[in-house]
Amino acid sequence: MSDHRGMVEKRGIGHWLTHFGLIIGVVFIFFPIWLAFVASTVTQPEIVRPPMPLLPGDQFFENYSKALLSGVNAPVATMMLNSLVMALGITIGKIVISLTSAFAIVYFRFPGRTIFFWLIFLTLMLPVEVRIVPTYEVIANFGMLNSYSGLIFPLIASATATFLFRQFFLTVPDELTEAARVDGASPMQFFWHILLPMSRTNIAALFVILFIYGWNQYLWPLLITTDPSMNTIVMGIRQMFPSGDDLADWPVIMATSILAMVPPVIVVISMQKLFIRGLVDSEK
Amino acid sequence: MEKRVIFKGWMLPALLLLPQIVITAIFFFYPAGQAIWQSMFVPDPFGLKTQFVGLGNFEYLLGDPYYRASFVTTAIFSSLVTVVSMGVALYLAILADRLIKGSGTYRTLLIWPYAVAPAVAGVLWMFMFNTRVGVVAWYLGVLGYDWNHVLNEAEAMGLVVVASSWGRISYNFLFFLAGLQAIPRSVIEAAAIDGAKFWTRFRTIVWPLLSPTTFFLLVVNVVYAFFETFGVIHTITAGGPQQATTILVYKVYSDGFVSQDLGSSAAQSVILLVLVGLLTVIQFKFIERRVHY
Repeated sequence: MSDHRGMVEKRGIGHWLTHFGLIIGVVFIFFPIWLAFVASTVTQPEIVRPPMPLLPGDQFFENYSKALLSGVNAPVATMMLNSLVMALGITIGKIVISLTSAFAIVYFRFPGRTIFFWLIFLTLMLPVEVRIVPTYEVIANFGMLNSYSGLIFPLIASATATFLFRQFFLTVPDELTEAARVDGASPMQFFWHILLPMSRTNIAALFVILFIYGWNQYLWPLLITTDPSMNTIVMGIRQMFPSGDDLADWPVIMATSILAMVPPVIVVISMQKLFIRGLVDSEK
Repeated sequence: MEKRVIFKGWMLPALLLLPQIVITAIFFFYPAGQAIWQSMFVPDPFGLKTQFVGLGNFEYLLGDPYYRASFVTTAIFSSLVTVVSMGVALYLAILADRLIKGSGTYRTLLIWPYAVAPAVAGVLWMFMFNTRVGVVAWYLGVLGYDWNHVLNEAEAMGLVVVASSWGRISYNFLFFLAGLQAIPRSVIEAAAIDGAKFWTRFRTIVWPLLSPTTFFLLVVNVVYAFFETFGVIHTITAGGPQQATTILVYKVYSDGFVSQDLGSSAAQSVILLVLVGLLTVIQFKFIERRVHY
């Protein structure tokens, strides 16, 4: 970006108005999270007698340790572990099967190749939300309710990543393949030693996007994990509310909400460049 | 596009494709086929056997006032979510683009709510507007406004729209800012030298050049509002009051899992499938055009 943009940027009052407008935006974005954080550091009576305070209290350790170690239906630490397993399972599973199938489709000619490609391509169109009832029955018939494989497999069955790697492999110069063949490398040696190292950034960018996607799943875990010890944290929060909401344990629930957003937020902020790249890539 | 240089053999590629084929067949094609199959049956009252009704489920659905109402609700909801989240994002992106320094800082501050799950966003907003303990609801009460989204349909819709748009602003902001920064400075400065004021410049130069980004975001946000907002609605209103916030995806869930009306739920899935298909076709047509020019 050039630094000689002088003409159209506002100076003086206009400049401060621009900052002011942006700060209002930032406050609007932050306010709900700030309130949740405050609520997670005060006592229940401070919340149920409104208005609740707008500055943090001194119950941080009490509320968070209560949430993590005992929770409401299950310890939140367990739910976080479930979320982590599910998010990593989806991420790694999807990346692995997409890498190998994109390699097969791009670097080989075999009967039915085009049909396979279009079959995989079709899955781009149909989110899991649309086929919940029959997918649920499949999982139930396999006895995979309340299991990690039941949480993970249906969400891997989509071709976004395959499509992405196919696009990338097509841009890899043919000379590299030629050279590998001349040197007597087998297809799998080419895959391991040339293609994979070249795809590193794409894999990392996709990792960030898929991790967030997996961690934030709601409807699917809601359907197939009836056992509280298999709940993921994102769907588990809703389960912490009793039927009549005056008895809800707000400090613990809000501590859980904060805990539910910490891992994906850390991923986004610490890997911002990869995250942006992943977003742009996966929407192309 | 095809590779010139390829490897020989068919055993290896078959093995490499196998995992994806198996997983897709079991967890995608079979259930999708089941959805279409089930949509043509109704279970008897005891759930012991099912009866073939052809397109009866679809006929019934299209005549069902609740299903039609859900269509209208979805249309209102997704239009509002799209307009609100894109409007706020565009406004913030224009401001950030005007800064010489610091747009990166604001970007960092604005993009991370993307990582907050819709269901968690729902809990946060439900907490602020909770009729008993909600801080915002309480202050509205002090101002003389009696907020109650549990009973008031318009307030319920307003709340799920704001909660759904909130986390989405990040995503749209990112794409709008990138789109704005891709517009050559020289074009805008030339207009400024000719005396064009900000609004004239925006209307005649920036907006037309931004239109590919806007169109892309339009499609993506509608898809988001259709499917990914389930968590927001389930946590805040559970489709109520009086089904005022029951969007199509929510109805597939509540008819299929709460009321156990599988035939109807499957038929709704098929209708949704057609809708997503249409949206995807629109999106790909558009992307093809963008690639060609």
